[in-house]
Amino acid sequence: MKSLAELKAIKDRMKDKVILREGSGDVRVVVGMATCGIAAGARPVLNAFVEGVTAAKLTDKVTVSQTGCIGLCQLEPIVEVHEAGKEKVTYVKMTPEKVETVIEKHLKNGKVVTEFTVADV
Amino acid sequence: MIRAHVLICGGTGCTSSGSKAVQDAFAENIKAFGLEEEVKLVQTGCFGLCALGPVVIVYPDGTFYSRVTPEDVKEIVSEHLFKGRVVEHLVYADTGAEEVVDKASVSLGDTAFYKSQKRIVLRNCGVIDPDSIDEYIAMDGYAALGKVLTEMTPEDVIKVVSDSGLRGRGGGGFPTGRKWALCAPNKAPQKYVVCNADEGDPGAFMDRSILEGDPHSVIEAMAICGYAVGATQGYVYVRAEYPIAVTRLQNAIAQAREYGLLGKNIFGSGFDFELDIRLGAGAFVCGEETALMTSIEGNRGEPRPRPPYPAVKGLYNSPTVENNVETFANIPQIILNGVEWFTSMGTEKSKGTKVFALGGKIEHTGLVEIPMGTTLREIIYDIGGGIPGGKKFKAAQTGGPSGGCIPAELIDTEVDYDNLVSIGCMMGSGGLIVMDEDTCMVDMAKFFLEFTVDESCGKCTPCRVGTKRLLELLDKITDGKGTLEDIDRLEELCNYIKQNSLCGLGQTAPNPVLATLHFFRDEYIAHVVDKKCPAGVCKSLLSFSIDQDKCIGCGKCAKNCPVDAIAKTDYVAPGHKLPSYAIDTVKCIKCGACMAGCKFGAISKK
Repeated sequence: MKSLAELKAIKDRMKDKVILREGSGDVRVVVGMATCGIAAGARPVLNAFVEGVTAAKLTDKVTVSQTGCIGLCQLEPIVEVHEAGKEKVTYVKMTPEKVETVIEKHLKNGKVVTEFTVADV
Repeated sequence: MIRAHVLICGGTGCTSSGSKAVQDAFAENIKAFGLEEEVKLVQTGCFGLCALGPVVIVYPDGTFYSRVTPEDVKEIVSEHLFKGRVVEHLVYADTGAEEVVDKASVSLGDTAFYKSQKRIVLRNCGVIDPDSIDEYIAMDGYAALGKVLTEMTPEDVIKVVSDSGLRGRGGGGFPTGRKWALCAPNKAPQKYVVCNADEGDPGAFMDRSILEGDPHSVIEAMAICGYAVGATQGYVYVRAEYPIAVTRLQNAIAQAREYGLLGKNIFGSGFDFELDIRLGAGAFVCGEETALMTSIEGNRGEPRPRPPYPAVKGLYNSPTVENNVETFANIPQIILNGVEWFTSMGTEKSKGTKVFALGGKIEHTGLVEIPMGTTLREIIYDIGGGIPGGKKFKAAQTGGPSGGCIPAELIDTEVDYDNLVSIGCMMGSGGLIVMDEDTCMVDMAKFFLEFTVDESCGKCTPCRVGTKRLLELLDKITDGKGTLEDIDRLEELCNYIKQNSLCGLGQTAPNPVLATLHFFRDEYIAHVVDKKCPAGVCKSLLSFSIDQDKCIGCGKCAKNCPVDAIAKTDYVAPGHKLPSYAIDTVKCIKCGACMAGCKFGAISKK
């Protein structure tokens, strides 16, 4: 180790890999992964979130996790976005393509993508 | 892309309860469900809740599974990792709250055991993989060393450590900054930094857990210390009975060397530091600093008189700083977060936190880190979960064979160095053994005396002969042959040994006796005057008897008796069909097997 920059490079490279364990970030993205969700294609949605959030360098702010059946099976895959102090946002009939939009608009810029939410169905 | 981490404790406690098999089962099932690309399996150091091992945590949810068996693993993988449903019946969810909570939402940090803790030294234990230097670096590892070598002078470092008020966590509580400051000005061709990892108190295992869970924190701190005092060689003296700790430390040292964090010209600063391990063979006295250095030098581990102190003439007669594992583990955090942060925790003269190993009659046996000044009541009841079986708290023993005890009436004592000393106790390395109403205090003192008699190195007479005589007096008392004069003699001899022994081992050996004499003198008197053991422990003072009216004559006690001391009588109690049994007290060896087996509560001991 010859310089602090070298140390920092290792830290930056590793940070994304351990940040999962620092508990929940400010924003929690929860994907419904019950039988209904999986059957409707929740797994690609989940993976799209995990990859997208990392690529957008939002890992210190956003935690992606799964949950069981949310109860609206016909609208699966369902994704909920929980943010401290704000009302929960529920996205329905999600696809990996829709995920990109949600990450870009909602998670990055704080604008809820109303056309995907449960209220709009 | 990894979306979940499964952390499995690989500390000594969980390894003993089978965490390796659980880990293998996870690897197998994750593969079977095709989740290898999504879920990462990590072996970590100790989480602290050793009584509930093997423990497993699933992130990002932070779900805490306890007592996981290899058979449970398939369910966790298929339900939680695959479908996202927490396996509630395996979750540990004791939050200490009255109302029933939604188990699935309880994460590690919410449990009563964790929520009052303040983890500085243990911050990475159970969080990172101790075998990965990269994960340590991700958690700000080696940033303190980098800061010290590039921005600070050795004097700055010593000032920060001094100002932080950090005191030796091995037991003595000597200010760490002052120790470094005493060593730094001494000129010598070679100086040394030594880490004392010869943790020998019965019931203490915090140093082991730090080395197992976060070995790099100790390596980093030792290099910082080396820079501050001008030493280029360090030794970690660790006992050979800690195989997992030794292996992880070896691996960590090799990784640090490979990264150039040990060796020549670290961070291009011109500072060199090398680190090696020396294994101890498990002698208690080698935890005493001068005996430890004698042992590193290759000699029989015997203490030597001080002064000269190690800061002047230590290892190989060179100036040496010796600190305990936990003390070192605080250093990088103090450097990174500053004096103000550290001094905001704790009491006036004891700053920061202390790690305690909870053991004995307590619900959550394990490792906790709390701010100095937390009361004993909070430690035992809020964090430790109280005494099992609804028994009454009697006393807590701290400081192992060198310490004393805190009786129930002082349970609201705020635990720090000075408060404990003022009640005739000591912090010690942090073993905290909880005792309930079934513990005999004379017997407890005898247990620790047996330990020190065994471990006395024999170099000085007060310790070698004195502790042996103390033990004989205690034996006499517990055998029911003691007199009131024996109690006075016991006290006199204790004070003599305390004043005249060469090293800390002898000087503190009488403490368990003195403390119990101080707080529980009535128990000693009961043993010698009434010839009774109030707690019902000392066998010679007990007698077992069968209540003939309660005995239904099943004969189970007679079957259980290993010495045939129980026989049928002619007496048939009113309302019973079979004749009752009786114990021949001459033959009885007081093992208690009859009492343990009697379902009718007919057998009692007095």
